[in-house]
Amino acid sequence: MEWLNIILQGVLVGGLYAMFAAGLSLIFGVMRLVNIAHGDLIVLAAYVALVATDALGVNPLLSLVVVVPVMAALGYALQWLVLNRTLGDDLLPPLLVTFGLSVIIQNGLLELFTADSRKLQAGAIETASLHLGGGLAVGTLPLLQFVVAVAVIAALQALFYRTALGRAFRATSDDQSVAQLMGLDNRHVFALAMALSLAVVAIAGVFLAVRANFDPSIGPARLIFGFEAVIMGGLGSLWGTLAGGIILGVAQAIGAQLDPGWQLLAGHIAFLIVLALRPEGLFPKVQG
Amino acid sequence: MSVTAEATPGVKVAHATPSSRIGVALFVVVFVALAAAPYWGDRQSLRLLAEIFAYVALASLWNLLAGYAGLVSVGQQAYVGLGAYLLFALTMLLDLPPLAAIPLAGLIAAIAAVPVAALIFRLRGHYFAIGTWVVAEVFRLLAAQVSVLGGGSGISLPVGIITAIAPTRQWREFIVYWVALALVVMVLLVTVALLRSRYGLALTAIRDNELAARSNGIDVRRIKLAIYVGVAFGTAMIGALIFLQKIRISPDTAFSVNDWTAFVIFITVIGGIGRVEGPIIGTIVFFLLRQTLADLGSLYLLMLGAVAILVMLKAPKGIWGLIADRFGWQMFPLERRVIS
Repeated sequence: MEWLNIILQGVLVGGLYAMFAAGLSLIFGVMRLVNIAHGDLIVLAAYVALVATDALGVNPLLSLVVVVPVMAALGYALQWLVLNRTLGDDLLPPLLVTFGLSVIIQNGLLELFTADSRKLQAGAIETASLHLGGGLAVGTLPLLQFVVAVAVIAALQALFYRTALGRAFRATSDDQSVAQLMGLDNRHVFALAMALSLAVVAIAGVFLAVRANFDPSIGPARLIFGFEAVIMGGLGSLWGTLAGGIILGVAQAIGAQLDPGWQLLAGHIAFLIVLALRPEGLFPKVQG
Repeated sequence: MSVTAEATPGVKVAHATPSSRIGVALFVVVFVALAAAPYWGDRQSLRLLAEIFAYVALASLWNLLAGYAGLVSVGQQAYVGLGAYLLFALTMLLDLPPLAAIPLAGLIAAIAAVPVAALIFRLRGHYFAIGTWVVAEVFRLLAAQVSVLGGGSGISLPVGIITAIAPTRQWREFIVYWVALALVVMVLLVTVALLRSRYGLALTAIRDNELAARSNGIDVRRIKLAIYVGVAFGTAMIGALIFLQKIRISPDTAFSVNDWTAFVIFITVIGGIGRVEGPIIGTIVFFLLRQTLADLGSLYLLMLGAVAILVMLKAPKGIWGLIADRFGWQMFPLERRVIS
């Protein structure tokens, strides 16, 4: 029963990793860009939530009302002003520019907020838990986080396959020049995709900030978790990111139980095993 | 095609130009002056120079990987750290002399790079970059588990091993300095020799257009693997040397992304990626800026990141790219001109 509990906690954490992954997967799907600053943007969202909760005096979960639009606007501007200039056949410019961005965000946060660990207090919900009987219990907050993750992915899935914007995303993903011929402004489509990605990042960032301590240096590790979930789930598949996130969460939970030093290592090893045995991921989407 | 031109009788390929003759002469003069640095420099300048050599070497190796072979790695700290930890393991656990441990550390790291490459070469393009980062993280976490080498908190080289290099402190510093100089010169000469060979032609072709290179019969995958393993060899030796000088090691310093990858990438991008001269120019700029702005701490890193982004957007060939395009200069004889 103890192990069942541990696996359950791992599954719930997996929801958070799936949110890290969904934003990453989305922009890769639309514009073949891997944003190395993705993890640092998650941490940035956590700090925006910190400032918002301090300034407004509201519960961190309510601060989402502010954090999501702020991050989305930042995403649109970032893509329009910087990243659109780097897109092309050459892989190097987008990689190096987002790498530079990652360093800028980390050190900018370090200057503004110091290296001290922070955490957002969400009140009573943090300690509340649901007893499932038979000694199984889940925290209300992790459960909420998981439900939100599933909702976010379902919403993205619906947006991609049922709306005009989703059609535009898929069209540019399939063939940029033909999409442009059909009257789409690729730069605008890309900027909207980045705005959407950072809206997801904002939600992930707030949950990260409520769940655990954060400081300016933890971004790259979040990028790696998201990336591992994307690859394990299968490139291009949104529901796959949820599966990948859950595998990663469970592997880390089991590793941590065996030896605290093995928590992160167990997650990486699960990723490397999937990469060795099924490099296309567990639920690959056939890509043109 | 030009690959066969070098083998065709009656056709010669010239590499040198007037600028490269000046460049090589300058290189020799600077080398002699630097080799004699123990006679004219004080301890601080020797240490600084050795650090500069290490960065020129690391940046040149990364340039070969990312600038020529199209393997954009953000995880080269994996090999800096691995080389450093191997130096400590070989000297402390197997009692090897430190100077012999440096090439051996490189060799073991190169062997380790083969299975690593087999795994991460499955990742395409951008995802390859993050894959290299995962590998570096795995190495760092594993190093923290090795309790005989200090685990997570790290360890210092015992005095006995340090004095084995040379009995006096002055001579130890001289020897470490010369090894650093020898390593950077070796990296540069091997790079130039490689680029002048037919493999260099293949590499340049891959840099300019991978698809075209492949359709001209170049085994792109094999060349990329060879470069990845070779760069791991060099990077690990530099890592071993850096930590022989630092004397103290810990997982966080040995596998630092900022120190061994961010700085190296910024140096190469600012100096000029895909050119042998780029890392040299970039390192000079980097250290000039650091000597004047180091007090700014994290703001310095922030500015460096911003400069690198600006260069990437406005002048993607870097400082040396601008110079080479404007004046047609090359510092090393690499250009190919057919003389019949």
